[in-house]
Amino acid sequence: MTDVVLLAQETHAAADASGAASLMWLLIVAPLVGATLLLFAGRRSDKWGHLLATAVSAFTFVLGFAMFLQLRGEGHDERTISQKLYEWIPIGSLHVDFRLRLDPLSICFVLLITFVGTLVHVYSIGYMDHDHDRRRFFAYLNLFIAAMLLLVLADNFLLLYVGWEGVGLASMLLIGFWGDVPAYATAAKKAFVVNRVGDVGLGLAVMTMFATVGAVGFDEVFARAGDISGPTVTAICLLLLLGACGKSAQFPLHVWLPDAMAGPTPASALIHAATMVTAGVYLIARANPLFSASHTARTAVMTVGIITVLIGGVIACAQDDIKKVLAYSTISQIGYMMVGVGLGPAGYALGIFHLLTHGFFKALMFLGAGSVMHGVHNETDMRRMGGLRTFMPWTYWTFLIGWLAIIGAPFTSGFFSKDAILELAYAEENYVIYALGLLGAVITAFYMTRLMAMTFWGPNRFDKGVHPHESPRVMTVPLALLAAGAALSGVLLGGFDADKRPIAAWLEPVFGPAEHHEPAINPVLLTLFTVAVIAGGAYAAFTRYARHDVPITAPGVVLPPVTWARKKLYFDTVYESVVMRPGQWLARALVYVDGRGVDGAVNGAAALVGGTSGRVRRVQTGFVRSYALAMLGGAVLLVGALVLVRLVP
Amino acid sequence: MTLDPAYYLYLSGVLFSIGAVGFLLRRNAIVAFMCVELMLNASNLALVTFSRINGTLDGQVMAFFVMVVAAAEVVVGLAIIVTIFRTRQSASVDDANLLKW
Repeated sequence: MTDVVLLAQETHAAADASGAASLMWLLIVAPLVGATLLLFAGRRSDKWGHLLATAVSAFTFVLGFAMFLQLRGEGHDERTISQKLYEWIPIGSLHVDFRLRLDPLSICFVLLITFVGTLVHVYSIGYMDHDHDRRRFFAYLNLFIAAMLLLVLADNFLLLYVGWEGVGLASMLLIGFWGDVPAYATAAKKAFVVNRVGDVGLGLAVMTMFATVGAVGFDEVFARAGDISGPTVTAICLLLLLGACGKSAQFPLHVWLPDAMAGPTPASALIHAATMVTAGVYLIARANPLFSASHTARTAVMTVGIITVLIGGVIACAQDDIKKVLAYSTISQIGYMMVGVGLGPAGYALGIFHLLTHGFFKALMFLGAGSVMHGVHNETDMRRMGGLRTFMPWTYWTFLIGWLAIIGAPFTSGFFSKDAILELAYAEENYVIYALGLLGAVITAFYMTRLMAMTFWGPNRFDKGVHPHESPRVMTVPLALLAAGAALSGVLLGGFDADKRPIAAWLEPVFGPAEHHEPAINPVLLTLFTVAVIAGGAYAAFTRYARHDVPITAPGVVLPPVTWARKKLYFDTVYESVVMRPGQWLARALVYVDGRGVDGAVNGAAALVGGTSGRVRRVQTGFVRSYALAMLGGAVLLVGALVLVRLVP
Repeated sequence: MTLDPAYYLYLSGVLFSIGAVGFLLRRNAIVAFMCVELMLNASNLALVTFSRINGTLDGQVMAFFVMVVAAAEVVVGLAIIVTIFRTRQSASVDDANLLKW
């Protein structure tokens, strides 16, 4: 299998950029210029800043779409276009070019990022209307678009790392957008610090690649993936997985994403649902020749993925904050993508498939949640919502499509993409993964139906004085477009024939041909079974939360598992006591050593000199005759010494 | 007849001592100044004597330097003394003790 992939890699020599693809650099430069302009123009651009940023984002989408059409026009094996901008790092044996690469995989991301990004820009015009810092928000959004496009267009791991850090920066800035609230600033810091843990993994992986292969370019590394010794490949892959865990909020580094909901909701939709958090999946899919060479690493990816699916789902069931539920749902869904790419050659395309459909329906639901919050005076507690379907029909109907898509209702996008992963797990005889994935799907159906019921169905529970209202057109139109994507992307990209998925065929130049396993049971039966258990999960939540009253304050006496889930399975608690507090103690001890030890030595020496000179300076009386006496005495001593030396040889 | 050069040195020593003691004991700035001149001249006398003893011109050359320095010093020093006297109505060196800690 490995050899086939390698052959596939080698035959696709990257063509030089021409046509629309020669403007690849503009995809990154345009939003970067937009961000710079908005940040430096300051308040002067308050009036038109949001329009400029939206125009720039729309421009990148148009450009990306032109490139997609150009790529589609090329022959099947000539869809890799690279553009060298300049020689970036020419040091000794390390030669790294600033080189961009457009291929079927990166164009998928370019389209997703710029499409969802543009809709989020449009939506934010309405959502952030009352914020006097709206311009700064749009500057950060543009900065994010630039960094994310650099991440997916990079042609080597080092350039990818630059984009990787860039999106981390934009993410932190957006989470801490209302940084004057201490809790939000802490959330931004937490996201940044947890991401650094993952970034260490990515950094070490890149260094290991350079140490073993002597290059960091995709083509160079992948061409020699077969030559690297087994343990080294596994080590590189596990380090890449650590990086992916940090960025994609996978177990055990998932703790930052729920807190990241402190940021404005459109930023959560774009960054913490649709695009940035899926960068880890991109990384693993991009490094597929390495992962194909290491079975251990793929098992690790799958294990991490399936654990995350379950953790995210279980915690989401007990959260009352609508954004927190969606955040844990995101964590859980990215777990499915990880399982997909961990399943090996056939799974890479399915992981990306689920990533794309998830990008649509999760961005839709986050923007929908933002619309709900907009309508009920920034309330996020679902226990104080209920019955909103009559007040905000656009939001309700679009959210309904998102809900159907995520639980995998037949013929919606989640139905095609999530089922495909489960089916592949079954076909590859990973029955444990299949069973747990199915359990995850049931949990998904449960908590998403709970969210729908508590928000849109049932009786009204909001406070007196709250008058829910539908959001303006500038917010509902993006919802409608995303709903169309959530409804149709599955059938367009996947379709009913598992052997002829358009997305798999499109990505084949990158991932290589996948051998097909025929599952032991008829796939139609598998699908029916899946739909049945999902319907069961949804029905359980429906009876419990739509047919029965939901208390406004969460009941205090509950079963132990509910308590555990409410406490987020104690991950934060454990991390705080094991990592954070010792870290703070260490920092305080170091501050003490620095203040008393290092500063003490320096200040002490200065005080000693100062004190001594303060006493010695009293000798300077200002009386010229005493000086003369001292000089005379000195001269006499000098002469005396000379005479003595002469007399006593 | 020739005088033993040692006598010149004795005279020089005596003159220097008078200058030094005068400088240390007198408060009047002008007198102190004259004492300084006395010490410089005593050293000049010693230098010239050494020149004579050794039969070289080194000492005499050095004496010229000392004279030049003394002349320059007098110019500056007297100017300072006059200025101090004008501002403080006193020529006592003990009154001009501003330059201290």
